[in-house]
Amino acid sequence: MSIINASQPGDIALAHQASLFRRGLKLRRTKIGIAISVTLMTIAILGPFVAPFGSTEYVDMPNTLHVAGTVFGTDYFGQDVLSRFLFGGRSILILAVFATGLGIFFGGTLGLIAAYQRGRIDEAIMRSLDVILSFPQVLLSLVVISMFGPSRVLIICTVALSTMPRIARIIRGAAVPVVERDFIAAAEALGETRRRVVFAELLPNVTSSLLVEMNLRLTYSVGLIASLAFLGFTPDPNAANWGLMVQENRVALTEQPWGVILPVLALALMTIGTGLIGDGLSRVSAGIDRGAHSE
Amino acid sequence: MSLLVFLVTQALPSDPAQAILGREATPESLAALRAEFGLDKSLPVQYTTWFKGVVSGDLGNSFATQMPISEYIAPRISASFFLLLLAAVGSIPLSIIVGAYAALKRDKKFDTSSSLISLVLAAMPEFVVGTILTIIFATTIVQWLPAVTYLEPGSPPWSDLMGLTLPVLTLMISVTPYVARVMRAAMVEVLESDYIEMARLKGISEESVLWRHALPNAIGPTLQVIALNLAYLAGGVIIVERLFNFPGIGSALADAVRSRDMPVVQFLAMVIAAVYITTNLLADIGTVLVTPRLRTRLK
Repeated sequence: MSIINASQPGDIALAHQASLFRRGLKLRRTKIGIAISVTLMTIAILGPFVAPFGSTEYVDMPNTLHVAGTVFGTDYFGQDVLSRFLFGGRSILILAVFATGLGIFFGGTLGLIAAYQRGRIDEAIMRSLDVILSFPQVLLSLVVISMFGPSRVLIICTVALSTMPRIARIIRGAAVPVVERDFIAAAEALGETRRRVVFAELLPNVTSSLLVEMNLRLTYSVGLIASLAFLGFTPDPNAANWGLMVQENRVALTEQPWGVILPVLALALMTIGTGLIGDGLSRVSAGIDRGAHSE
Repeated sequence: MSLLVFLVTQALPSDPAQAILGREATPESLAALRAEFGLDKSLPVQYTTWFKGVVSGDLGNSFATQMPISEYIAPRISASFFLLLLAAVGSIPLSIIVGAYAALKRDKKFDTSSSLISLVLAAMPEFVVGTILTIIFATTIVQWLPAVTYLEPGSPPWSDLMGLTLPVLTLMISVTPYVARVMRAAMVEVLESDYIEMARLKGISEESVLWRHALPNAIGPTLQVIALNLAYLAGGVIIVERLFNFPGIGSALADAVRSRDMPVVQFLAMVIAAVYITTNLLADIGTVLVTPRLRTRLK
């Protein structure tokens, strides 16, 4: 009996979520967004396999535009610009995915717990997250990096830490009205454990907010990690990295613009692509930038 | 908050003395350096010394440059503040106007195109925006503006206005779209509200409906977001200053992080976080003053 009752809200939410995707896909902007994002992610992931040169291989004189065998010439260090570009997206993407995953997990959990418990626990969680929020994301990462140096794990953790409170806020906001609905009281009356109420009853009902938020946070994490790389804080200072490439090649922007243009375009398109997807999804899920009475 | 900054930077198991002297440092020289910086004392003692220093204005010396921090940082604070001020003065009215106008012309051409542009620009990292601007205006396409800001040491930040154009523009572009979106949403909601309909039915002129009734009520909620974004600018300057070689607190912070100059990192983190919190506070006060409903409750 309890099983049947418990699975119901989840099923409804899942059906809603599937239709959210389907409805979202109908919008043209979502389609364009997906096309752009998929292309760039493919470049980032498969790029290293098709690159004509190694990521740190010396090819010819530095900052030369026309070099036999290269498409865009050589960079500040005599490496092939195209190869560096093809190698440079993967690490950013991987770090961003891990950081977002971690941030969603902890931020989502804290947000749900805060929404379910209310009262003092809610206050305690949200106020301590506010302390993290009082530091701009870049600053927080820089302070931690200044202590330990830019290791992979550290970058993932600081980015996750700085996205966590933002995710927790959104999820708490989405979960509070759900907590007041009858099926939560019913689940409690049936004697379900708190953990089950939070993760099996509450969670499925905030998935659409979680999805939109995940998309948004992934975009921002890519930007943040690339920005840190631009400032020179990468796990491996010799490896190709889109953020670092901009920093390395921007001195020679007038002679050899490609070393800057390619990574900047890639990052710009990536944020545009994910932005379009997120906008499409939030349009169909909540009508986020519509007025209150329009739907 | 000061405690948090201090704990994060000082109490974690990393040793600035080791970082400065490197791996080959002898135990004696490490101990000497720790004694010099007061690192051999207990944490609460270190914190009180540091906090007293911050409050009294005596910030100690930078590890890397050996200059007193106040001397090294003070001109940079005013330079960064000027940069932020210009960006704020430019972007706040712009985003309010764009947002409000888009709400008025809802689903017309201006609305859809401005929402698409803001969508495209909203999540783009500052260094990407700045680099694109540099490529367009300073190097590859046309050379109208300088690609870097050049300030003589000791000269005020407004002595190179041309050099300031691109940094300010970059900061504006990274803030305006989001605020404009929120302003549009707030304005749409207000325009559909009962009291606006009431005002229109009373026969008040459309102009007065907009300026006296709609706009003030829409700006209220937007102010919060403006504050959040100004605070966000305080983080954005780190990147933008680096990009344009602007001698402000952001580039100082990036340098300090690279050389593990802890006193400078601690102090700048405090400054930026303080800016962040102050703007949020000001927005709370501003919201009360602007929103008619809240203002009357005050009296």
